[in-house]
Amino acid sequence: MAASQTLAEQLRAQGVSRRGFLKFCAATASLMALPPSLIPRIAEALEAARRPSVIWLSFQECTGCTESLTRSHAPTLEGLIFEAISLDYHHTLQAASGEAAEAARLQAMRDNAGAYLVVVDGSIPGPEANPGYSTVAGHSNHAILMETVEHAAAVIAVGTCAAFGGLPRAAPNPTGARAVMELVHDKPIVNISGCPPIPMAITGVLAHYLTFGRLPELDAYRRPLAFFGESIHDRCYRRPFYDRGLFAESFDDEGARQGWCLYRLGCKGPTTYNACATQRWNGGTSWPIEAGHPCLGCSEPAFWDAGGFYRAVSVPPRVNAAALLGAGAAGAALGAGTALAARHLTRDEQQHREPVTVEELEKKL
Amino acid sequence: MPTLESIAPAGDTDTDALPPLPGPLVPLLHEVRHALARLVADGGEHRIDLHALPLDATLIDQLLAFIGRGEVEARIEAMGPTRVHESAIAGVWVVDYRDADDQRLALHLEIATVPQILRTDRATLSAGLQRLDAGLAGAGDPSPPS
Ligand code: SF4
Ligand code: SF4
Repeated sequence: MAASQTLAEQLRAQGVSRRGFLKFCAATASLMALPPSLIPRIAEALEAARRPSVIWLSFQECTGCTESLTRSHAPTLEGLIFEAISLDYHHTLQAASGEAAEAARLQAMRDNAGAYLVVVDGSIPGPEANPGYSTVAGHSNHAILMETVEHAAAVIAVGTCAAFGGLPRAAPNPTGARAVMELVHDKPIVNISGCPPIPMAITGVLAHYLTFGRLPELDAYRRPLAFFGESIHDRCYRRPFYDRGLFAESFDDEGARQGWCLYRLGCKGPTTYNACATQRWNGGTSWPIEAGHPCLGCSEPAFWDAGGFYRAVSVPPRVNAAALLGAGAAGAALGAGTALAARHLTRDEQQHREPVTVEELEKKL
Repeated sequence: MPTLESIAPAGDTDTDALPPLPGPLVPLLHEVRHALARLVADGGEHRIDLHALPLDATLIDQLLAFIGRGEVEARIEAMGPTRVHESAIAGVWVVDYRDADDQRLALHLEIATVPQILRTDRATLSAGLQRLDAGLAGAGDPSPPS
C-alpha cells in the first residue's frame, strides 16, 4: 500500500464506504471524549491525513501489549487505525529479520526525520545497568532507544513496563529497569499504561495524532485523560455495594455470589486510573471486576510492589511518584523544532553505537 | 444492552402519558430545544453524544422514551450496523453507531433535517454513476451514455 495514500483513500481501498468512514469519525470523537460537533473537522482532517511512520521498539516485555492491540476482533476501529499507520519496524510483526530489519528502522528514521512516532513497549535497563540484560542485534536497549528517539516527533510508551518500569522493575529490580520518561527528556511523551493497556487507548492516541497532528491532553503521569481521567472505582458497576458497605469477604462467599464490592479482597480500583470499566475487554465482553476478580491496579506505577494483590488498600500504594513525575520536563513541541534539528541528521547511527561485548558482560555479571 | 426498539417502540408519540422528566435530563433537553430553534432559524445542525455524557442506561432509556419515535427509521450496514430513527420531535434524530459485534460506539442525538450518515456525498454519487454506466455497457446497451 502506498505510504502517500491519504487515510480516506486507504479506507476506501479496504472497502470502507463513506458512511463507514463517517462512523469511524463518530467513534473516534466518542473514544477521545471530543464533542461530536468536531466530527466534520475530524472527517476533513482524516480525509487528508497521510500515514505516519511508526517505529515500534520492544525491550524488556512479554509481547502482551502487542497482543492486546492485534488480537482485537475485526473489523474494528482499532484494526482500521492500526492499518492506517505505516508500521516500519516491529520485531514481532515485521517480515524482515536480522540486518534487513535494522536497516528498515534506520531507513524509516532517515526518510521521516522529525516526523516519525516511536512506540516503545517494555522497560529499559538504564545507562548504569549491565547492557547485556536486554539487547537488540547486539546493542543495548538504552542505546537503541536513545538513537531512535533522537529525531522522533513524539514517543508513545505503551504498557506499564515502558510507562513506569512495570514488572521488570519490581523490587529488587535486578536489571536496573527504567521507564521511557526517565531516560528521554526532550521529546513529547505519552504513557499508555496497563498490563496490558486497553487497545482502544493505544489507537485513540494514534487517531488523535492523525487527526490533529498533536498528542491529546494528558494527566500528571502523562496518560491521555480521555482514558485515564477517572478511576476504576468511579465507574465500577459494583460501586453501589461499596457505598452501602456490602463487601465480599472471600471468593466463594454469599457476598461474592451476590456480586458485592471486592474491596476487602484487595481491589485496587479506588487508586487505579484506567478505562476498563467503560471500555471493557475482549471486544466489550467483560472486564476483570465483572469476572469476579479485584482490580490489580495494573495501570499505576509500582503496582507490582503495592503490598499484595489480595490485601485491601488502606492508603495508596507506595510509589516514588515525585521521581517519576519529575523524570522528564515536558518535551519539545511537535513538528517545527524536531524537523529543523533533523535537517542536521548527518551522522551514521551505526558508527556511533557500540555493540555489547562478551568481555563487558562477564565483567559486569 | 437493550435495543432502541425495546426502549422506545415505534409510534410511541404520546408525551402526555410520560412520567415526569428526571432532573439531569432537563438541561440536556434545553440544549436540544436550543439546537432545534437554530435549525428552524438558519439551518444550523447540532449533535450530542449521549454515550459520552455521564448518563446511566436508565436515564438514556428515559430520555429516549421521552422524545418518542416518529415515522422514519433506517439501518445502515457499514462497519457494523448503525440504526437511525427520527424521534417524535421532528428534526431530532437518534443515531446509534454499533461495531461489528453490536457493541455501541456512539449514541448521538442529531438535530438536522436529515442525519449526515444518511446523505449520499458527491464522490459516492459519482461512483454510483460510473457503476450504472458500466452496468449498462456490460448489458449491451445499444445507446450508451456519452
Ligand atoms: S469492586 Fe473495586 S472498583 Fe468496584 S466498587 Fe469495589 S473497590 Fe471500587
Ligand atoms: S481492572 Fe485493574 S488490573 Fe484489571 S486490567 Fe483494568 S486496571 Fe488493570
